Order: sequence, then C-alpha cells, then structure tokens
Amino acid sequence: MSEPRYAMAVDTRTCVGCSACVIGCKEENDVAPQFTRDWVTTDTRGAFPELRMELRSERCNHCEDAPCVRACPTGSSHYGPGGTVQITDVKCSGCKACITACPYGARFVDPRSKTVDKCTFCMHRIEAGKETTSCQEICPTESILFGDLNDPHSDISKALQRRVNTTLLPGAGTKPMHFYLK
Amino acid sequence: MTMDRREFLKIGSASVGGAALLGGLTSEWYGAYGNPIQDPQTEGDRVVPTFCELCFWKCGVLAHVKDTAEGPVVTKIKGNPKHPLSRGRLCPRGAGGTGLLYDPDRLKQPLVRVRSAGGAQKFETVSWEKALDEVANGFEKIKQKYGGSALALFYHGYGANWMKHLFKAYGTPNIAAPSYAQCRGPRDVGFDLTFGEGVGSPERTDIANSRCMVLIGSHLGENMHNTQVQDFAEFLRSGGDLIVVDPRFSTAAAKARHWLPIKPGADIALLLAWMNVIIEEKLYDADYLESYAYGFDQLAAHVRPFTPEWAYPRTGIEPGRIRETAHLMAGARPATLIHPGRHVTWYGDDTQRSRAIAMLNALLGSWGRKGGFVVPSQVELPKYRYPGYEKNHSRPVDRPLPSNFPLADKVLAQGLCNATIPGLGEYELKGWMVYGSNLPTTLPDPKRTHEAIQKLDFLVTVDVLPAEICSLSDVVLPEATYLERCDELHNPPYREPYVAVRQEVVPPMYDSKPGWWIAKELATRLGLDDFFPWKDSMEYAKTRLHDAGVDCEGMQKDGVLLGKPQPLYYEEGAVPEFYTDSGKIELYSTRLAAAGFEPMPVYTPQEEPPPGYYRLLFGRTSVHTFGRTTNNRLLSEVFDENAVWVNRDVAAKWGLADGERVYLQNQDGVRSTFSAPLRVTSRIRPDAVFLVHGYGRKAKKLRQVHGKGIDSAELVTRYKTDPIMGGTGMNVNFVTFLRAEDVDSAAATKEA
Repeated sequence: MSEPRYAMAVDTRTCVGCSACVIGCKEENDVAPQFTRDWVTTDTRGAFPELRMELRSERCNHCEDAPCVRACPTGSSHYGPGGTVQITDVKCSGCKACITACPYGARFVDPRSKTVDKCTFCMHRIEAGKETTSCQEICPTESILFGDLNDPHSDISKALQRRVNTTLLPGAGTKPMHFYLK
Repeated sequence: MTMDRREFLKIGSASVGGAALLGGLTSEWYGAYGNPIQDPQTEGDRVVPTFCELCFWKCGVLAHVKDTAEGPVVTKIKGNPKHPLSRGRLCPRGAGGTGLLYDPDRLKQPLVRVRSAGGAQKFETVSWEKALDEVANGFEKIKQKYGGSALALFYHGYGANWMKHLFKAYGTPNIAAPSYAQCRGPRDVGFDLTFGEGVGSPERTDIANSRCMVLIGSHLGENMHNTQVQDFAEFLRSGGDLIVVDPRFSTAAAKARHWLPIKPGADIALLLAWMNVIIEEKLYDADYLESYAYGFDQLAAHVRPFTPEWAYPRTGIEPGRIRETAHLMAGARPATLIHPGRHVTWYGDDTQRSRAIAMLNALLGSWGRKGGFVVPSQVELPKYRYPGYEKNHSRPVDRPLPSNFPLADKVLAQGLCNATIPGLGEYELKGWMVYGSNLPTTLPDPKRTHEAIQKLDFLVTVDVLPAEICSLSDVVLPEATYLERCDELHNPPYREPYVAVRQEVVPPMYDSKPGWWIAKELATRLGLDDFFPWKDSMEYAKTRLHDAGVDCEGMQKDGVLLGKPQPLYYEEGAVPEFYTDSGKIELYSTRLAAAGFEPMPVYTPQEEPPPGYYRLLFGRTSVHTFGRTTNNRLLSEVFDENAVWVNRDVAAKWGLADGERVYLQNQDGVRSTFSAPLRVTSRIRPDAVFLVHGYGRKAKKLRQVHGKGIDSAELVTRYKTDPIMGGTGMNVNFVTFLRAEDVDSAAATKEA
C-alpha cells in the first residue's frame, strides 16, 4: 500500500447548508466556544426571480502547497499523515503568521490554549481506524466525501473522476485537497 | 451534578495549556518533539442510546458519556445507525443537544409565586414537596368549586404523555396541543377527508423513490426533519425533478428545476389550475381513479373554469409554466409526490388547500404507490393495563357552539384560551397546566392569551427553560431534559415499523425531575394512585415491552428494535383501504358537503397589503426549532438572531441598507418589542417579508436570546380561523419598517 493522499469533497448539488457539520465538529473536536473549524457559505447569484444559489460546507483545504506551513516559524504547522496539514500545539507560539497567510480564513487562535486551531480532517478518528470524519459521519444529506485519492476505487476518487469539480481560489496556487462537486 | 459543562472544559484545557508551556521550556521546541496526533478525548467511557427531543421527529441518538470525578458528562451526541429515523446521521439541532442539557439558564428549582400583604408578588424557591402540594391544592380547589372540566392541559413534546394520562384520569376533556390548530391540523384533516387517513408524523412520503416532487409551502433543508432531508438528498442524487412553489427562494428552491415564486395566499388557485390541465389533457391515472376514487366527474366539472390563464393574475405564475410543471408531474406518475408540508395554518382556507394537494396526488395515483405515499405499519405494543378513565360527560369548551368547526378531530388550543375569558365559552376554565409549550409565542393574538391568563385561578408550568409563560405562572416545575429521563416508548406507524426507547443518559441536573415523576407525585396527591402503579417510567416501559414479548435488554442496548417489514405499496400487496364515508378516495367530499362546506376547494382572494406594508411570513432555519432551541448556546454559534428578509428593490425604495436595524410595526399599530437587522436579498418577493420564528424573546432569564431579533408572534394580532376545523391562519398580517435609529433616539429623548 502506498502512502494515502487524503482529500475531501462536498457535493453542492445535495448540500442544504444545514450546519450539522459545524455542530458535529464542535462536539467531536471540543472546539473552543465562539469558534468553528468549519462553516457554511451561501453563494447567491442573479436577481429576483432569476436566481441561482450554491451552499457549501467549508473548512481548511489541506493544501498541497500550504502557505500556512511555509509561514510557520516554529514547524508547528506541518504536513501530517496522508499529506494533511496539521498543527502541533506544543510547538505553536501563537504568532498568527499562519492566520495571515491562509487565504481561506480557516484558522483561529483557541483562547483556551492560546495556540492556533483548525480542521484536522479528524485525523484522531482516521488514525484510530475510523473511516469517516465527524462532519462526514453526521451529514444528513451525505454530501461530504472523505478518502484516499491514491486509491482509485475510493468513493472520493470515483466522484472526482465522474463529476465536474472545483476548488476554492484555484488562482492562489495552494493546490487545495478540498473539492466541490458541481 | 450542578457542574456547568463549559466550566469543566475550561479546567480540562487549562492543563493542556500547562503542557504547552512545559513543551516550550524544554529542548523539544524545534523539531525533535515530533508531531503526535492529538485526540480531543470526546469519545467518552460509554455510549447510551436514546431518542432526540430537540424537534419532534424523534431521531435515535447515541449519547457519549465520560465519567468524571464530578459525575457523568455528555461529551457528544451522534446519530444511531440502527434507528430508522436517523440512520446514523443527525441534523445540527440533534448534535447540539448538549447545549440544552448544559444550558446555564435552565430552570433549576421549583418556584412558587408568593403575594405579600402589600400586594407585591415574587417567586420563591421551594422544595418539590411544597410545590407539588401547591399544585394539587390548586387543582382540588378548582375541581371542588367548578368541577374537573374547569382544568385544561396545553402541551407539546413527547414527555407530555404522562401529563395527558394524569389529566384524563383527573377528568377533564380540555387537553390541547397548539401543534394541531396552529400547525398541522388542516393538513391532517384535509388528507383524512380525501383518503380517510392523515399523513402522520413521521410522514408517509416516499421522497427517495419519487421521480418528481412538488414542495408547495414546504421547506426541506430549512425544515430539518432528518429522515426527510436524507431522502430529499437521495431524490436529488437520483435525478428526480423538483418543483418548488414558494414566495421565497428557499434552500429547496435552489435545488429545483422550477421555482414558482407564487403570490402568497394563492396556492389553491395554482393547485386548481394544475388539476385543470391534468384533467383537460387526460393526464390522470384513469385506472387508479376508476378503482379507488369517488367524484371524478364532479371534480372535472368543478375545475373546468380554472385554467392556467385564470390562475395567472391570481398567482403570478405564467400559464406556460403552469402547464409545463403539470406535464412534468404527470410524466412521472405515479412516482410523483406533491408534498403535504407540515405547518400549514396560513389563510383560514388551509384545510381546503391541503385537500387540493391530496386530490392532486390522487389524480396522479400516488397514494399507496412507489415514489408517492407508502402504506405504513406499526409494531403493536399492548397498552399498559390501567383502570379505565372515568367517563367525562362534558364536552371540551374549545368551541363557542357545538356546531363550530365540525370537522376538527382534536381539541383546539386557541379555543381553550378564548374560553378562559368569562362569557366566551359554554363554561369557564379556571386552571391550566402548560407543559413544554410557550403559549405567548405559539398562539396567535398574544394580548388575548395574556388576558385569558389573568382570569385564571391557577396556572402551573412544567418546562426545562424559563420561557415567557413561566413568569405568568403560579407554580413553575423544572423538568429534566430528554437526556435525563425515560419517557413513553415510541412506535409510530412508519415504512419500517420499530419501537424506540428514551432512557436516562445522565441523572437529572440541579433539582429538576422527569415528567413521569412529576405526574406520578401529583397523582398520589390527587388520589389517583391506581393510574400510576409502576415504580418508574423504565418499569412501565419494560412492562409494555414484556407484554409484547420484546427483549428489554436488547432494546436498552440498541435503543431501538425493528419490527417485521410489511408491503409498502399497493403493487407490492399492501391493501388499498380508505376510511372515508364512501370507502373510496373522495375527490368530492361527502363529509364537507354534509357539513355545509364546499365539497371541492375553491379559491378565495386574500386581502392585499396596504401601501407601504408587506405580508409577514415566518418559518424556520435549519439550526433551530423556534423558541425551543433559540437559547441553546451551541446552536446560537451558528445562528443567534433572526433578520428581516426584505427584497432588494423594496429596501432600495426605503433607502434601507443590508444589516441596518429596524423595528417592524403591523397594521394594527403593534410594534415589535425589539429590533432586528435587515437581510436585503433577491430571495424574496417584493410583497412579503420573512422572519425566522422564535426570536425577540422577552424573558430576561433566557440570557442567550433575550432581546435578540423580532418576535413574529407578537405581530400576529390578526388571524383567520378555518371554519372547517378551527386552524388559525396567521399569514394575514402586514408590517412596515421603522428605522431602529429613529425609534431608539426618540425613546432616549423621551426618557431624558
């Protein structure tokens, strides 16, 4: 088995933007009060009555070329298992360079620990042998796919092959590992 | 057990902070330390299955519990994969149940209103013994003086079963839930008149298998009834055609092939026009109607004049689109589902509107067919062997005349409220118990509700949170949350028959008590011991399960037990049975005709908003169940205040900016107590504004939500009562904008 390449995809055709992913994540990950690691974006185009709207569950993009990792002076932000971007608390000085560097607004300082926090792709679950992230597990519309891009038979690999998809801010050159199925 | 969960987390994280500091002081600062994966430690020590009460869908959940020195703590709540309503997944509210359990504003001790000699009143914290004596005493006095029927119970939520049992045993027919005449009632009656049965809850819709679905005044995605939304996603994935009829570009509208932004109040006109097209073009299911329906010829004659051209000026929907959508529906039949919706008390003609939806489904042959409506089945559980309730000969006092609202099949909450005011009912109500229902925000015309409450000798409230109704009560009893109590078993008619158990996950916090205990203690004081012979609700549940031959231990371990699947569709062998007078699907309603109503729906135009006013519509957000969850701090992190949805062009005309705060004032000069920000959007028609219900709360003890946003209920000073079944149509109010800046500075000047 080769090293996995973890990625996530959100199906914008079925996502209703209910925020179950947000609350589920807060509970699973004991996220600080008043902060969230994921959020819902509502993107409305057009004028009444010719309208289009896309709802998206968003979070850290776990970029392949991550500005936060480059910006981190202490090595706290780093590439972890399966190419994901992780933070090691004890190495984080709370300098916020990564928060400035991230074009997606995915990071915040946890006021309890004074260190930076963000989505981990629930790596504590995956490393413990679970197959789902908490947002994926709870999602009532099954709009969140998580898996290994190096496995051509994984649900996410198949979905990305089959469906038109995009990433956020492709022009930023960050090579996100978080996709949106159209 | 009075520990606040957030405090607990703070203590937990303080030690993590200590570790971080230590790490910083050692030589492991750069690199050498490694990068271990951090576990947030929320898995807990054990998992207890139960079912949710954040809304009334009752999904199976798994509560993760960590045992700490201070007692057990619920760390997180997940969907129960074995439960047919959750299938392992949850909506945000279900996941946010800990926000209710650990709400610092919870009612903590029983409260009794005391009146000093000087007339001053205050609440005093008392023991349960004293509070229950006070309630029993209040009830007994009323029974002696006026008879048991002078007592009424208003309720909402599954825990109410114990109270209903108590009140029936005590002998009053006046037991009502606002979820009937203020919510689902017209739909249930409309479908019952047509098919001889309602759609139930959870609804018998076959969304996942539908090939064409029409949402007309239904908002899946904002309404988060879990299983329906799961099925909705499945429907979208399988490429079903979606038609959404809504004055608002809802979440569902964004997924639709056709969004029909209908003029509010004109649904019946559209439904009649659709029936016109389907009948005129012979697109209906002729064999199905031949076998099962009554009154097709009358219906054909009835809808003949209601062409799409006739409907256009009434609905604002172009004739071409009415035809195109009718063709889509007909093309997919019988796998076409015109969704019955849920909250449908809007314009006073709501039973006829639901009838029209039911009839359209009948024309397409979707009742009892795959992709339409399934035939549900239920796990049979023998009732607990109680002594029979004593026959009460008085009629409920919810109707001024016995002939009013002849087809209401439940007691009307608004009617009981009205009858409390002397002279308005056949007899007077003198005492209320209100269980889990904040009447000032659930009933229309809140001024009337207050007036009625002032006439009462005695009011007791049983609730989890200090809602507005509590401050009007003589006694307030703090109930334990759903995670702290065992309730009645749940075995609804559904596509997969099942029984689910609600069990105590953690012991009740503070001095709160489960509803079963409160009911039983009151029964003892009222001499009704025979009606509560069990030790506790778990013993009660086990007795019922044992009588049904069900393995109790397995139930407690899994939280749910599945029954034997039955055929879901007529084509699979389900038996077509229609419990109407004719024994058929009634396109022409014999019961409506006999009661003197139109046997087939007719369109009545609604009053137009006066110049400068907009129709007030109200509804849901995915994150909340109205006032029941708006104080939940966890859920409030996603949605903490409602906003006034207003059309972009209207806002421009008023010179109002997005985010600017406004008060709303209605046609009767009633101004909202608080202000709310404007949400300037293209997603709503110019003739209406929209609010999420459950905000603008006046109760100061609800510290999270108090003063945030606008209460739609206080602007509902008018309502139109459905003559068929007494539903209160509440979308008949109009509002205008007052700049908060102007109102607040005027108030400040006045004060100075």
